[in-house]
Amino acid sequence: MSAPVTTGRAGDRTPRAAAGPAVRLRPVLLGPVLLAVAAFASLFVGVADVTPADLLRGDTATLEVFFVSRVPRLIAILLAGAALSVSGLIMQHLTRNRFVAPDTAGTVEWALLGILVATLFLGGQSVLGKMLVAVAFSLVGTFLFLRLLRRVRFTDMIVVPLVGLMFGGVVMAVTTFFAYRLELMQALNTWTSGDFSGILRGRYEIIWVVVAVMAVAYLYADRFTVAGLGEGFAKNLGVPYQLVINIGMVVVAVTTAVVTVVVGAIPFLGLVVPNLVTMALGDNLRRVLPITALAGAGFVLACDVVGRVIRYPYEIPVGTVASVVGAVVFIALILRTRRGAR
Amino acid sequence: MSQVLAAPPATRRRNPARVLVVLGVVAALAVCAYLFLFVTGSWDFAMKIRSRQVLSMVLVGYATAFAAVIFQTVTNNRILTPGVMGFDSLFMLLQTLVVFLFGASALATLDPRLKFGVEVLAMVAFALVLFRWLFDRGSRDLYVLVLVGIVLGALFGGLSSLVSRLIDPNDFMTLQDVLFASFNNVQVDLLAVSALLVVAATAFSVPLLRQLDVVALGREHAVGLGVDHRRVVTRALIVVAVLVSVSTALVGPITFLGLLVANLARELVGTFRHRWTVPAATLVAIVALVGGQFVLARLLDYNSSLIVVVNFVGGIYFISLLVRGARL
Repeated sequence: MSAPVTTGRAGDRTPRAAAGPAVRLRPVLLGPVLLAVAAFASLFVGVADVTPADLLRGDTATLEVFFVSRVPRLIAILLAGAALSVSGLIMQHLTRNRFVAPDTAGTVEWALLGILVATLFLGGQSVLGKMLVAVAFSLVGTFLFLRLLRRVRFTDMIVVPLVGLMFGGVVMAVTTFFAYRLELMQALNTWTSGDFSGILRGRYEIIWVVVAVMAVAYLYADRFTVAGLGEGFAKNLGVPYQLVINIGMVVVAVTTAVVTVVVGAIPFLGLVVPNLVTMALGDNLRRVLPITALAGAGFVLACDVVGRVIRYPYEIPVGTVASVVGAVVFIALILRTRRGAR
Repeated sequence: MSQVLAAPPATRRRNPARVLVVLGVVAALAVCAYLFLFVTGSWDFAMKIRSRQVLSMVLVGYATAFAAVIFQTVTNNRILTPGVMGFDSLFMLLQTLVVFLFGASALATLDPRLKFGVEVLAMVAFALVLFRWLFDRGSRDLYVLVLVGIVLGALFGGLSSLVSRLIDPNDFMTLQDVLFASFNNVQVDLLAVSALLVVAATAFSVPLLRQLDVVALGREHAVGLGVDHRRVVTRALIVVAVLVSVSTALVGPITFLGLLVANLARELVGTFRHRWTVPAATLVAIVALVGGQFVLARLLDYNSSLIVVVNFVGGIYFISLLVRGARL
């Protein structure tokens, strides 16, 4: 067992590769190009035959499939992937724990509870209402989790995600209980497993909200970094600690809730992608943030395309694919961390 | 770490025999209440259905409690149980894989007991390989094991739903009820073979119980006292794999039941001897399952929420264990 470090959870994040101009330029330039090519190609993967030639010829049926289904789907994939990865990254900085993300802090489960409550009281129609209630619930949940963390100083970084996962499980039990009683289990199942196949023009636009939220995250990146160094340190540098933490949590709660409402849960995304990116490129938040967004978008795109192809012509929801891939990477990360620490 | 989670010394001296008697009476009351109260319609029909349900709940309670107690002994702590480590999900995955490999329609005509036998064998093999690998790697670090176990559970769950989507969707929908159990959908044709397996597992492990008392002292002490640690652990894992298969096949996964009953039983009897803790945990499990189902289904008319309630209570209890462990 590693000896507990001086102040509670400190020391869990060992800064890798110091800042400087160290982020290697080649992958940074290559990334967007690769993603753009893959994204374009993904527009032509699916049950209905859509080829670039048909599009250019102006075939109406093809154009309709393209603009009603394929393009919205691609936009949703890219935005959801980017936003969830970025909020995972921010959470990891603010809690100074590599294994804390919306998936391991109960945020997703609170959002689901919120969606259930909204469906009960507002009916299934109002997407905006669902989103607002879900945001409120995930805010409450995230703050509760942070309070618990502050009350109990865990000396072992592994305990924090464990508590978070259990916390999420307890909330999920409440949600399931009421969903059973109210015969909403089927609806609950569609929310818990993220799926892009239902994304159509007119039913997904609310996901654009995350663009604004990500802009805020980018503006505050440096302040998040400082807040991540600890309350005392942040105050010494003149950063309003509590305010920055609150803004970070709002960013996390809003993105999680919006994506869960529109797409459903995508397990382990916010945990796995930021970890892989910071492992490769270091810890400077402002520099890593755009790359994390790109990587998250790419990861979700890959999972979705795999889901579309593997059992053609049926589709496998992205949540299922992501839960398998994400869990494998997560386990590898856990085992790796401990080996390094010993 | 391990001394944090190895249960605290028993402060109160209780008479374990008396505790067992009290628990036995409560369990018997629960069973009687479940069987004989609120019968509407044909008495014979109700008895037939209910006795099967009670029998399956007793089997599940026994299998889960027994598996949890010896698993905690072998891993030498009180927060790891087969449920927490993803054993149930592993069995669900194997069930799905069997359908995937042999085809749903072929299995529909096959004797379910034969299929169950194949699954149990696969479960023993997989569990042994997987958890030996895990324990050999990280046995010194409990929290890592727990976290890996929980994520493994998620992985197995994800894989099962992935594989179940690869099965022809129409076949799968029609077979889903037959293949996957829940408290409302107890697999009755497996009752006899399950009872047989449980008896066999018990007979196999009775000679182990004394050695397990020694293993509970920790690996070094056990080896020092002349117990072949590796062999005992392997045998215990086999028993655990069989028992988990039985309970998951009968009613599906109940993640936190084992954790709750094993710890509760140990606190109640105030000793660590398996001779006392195993029966106590079994009785607690029967009270929880039969009594819980009686209260929820008969008194409150909340069918099918027992597992959810167990997971709710179990999750909170688990958090409190972690928090207490972190404070020490």
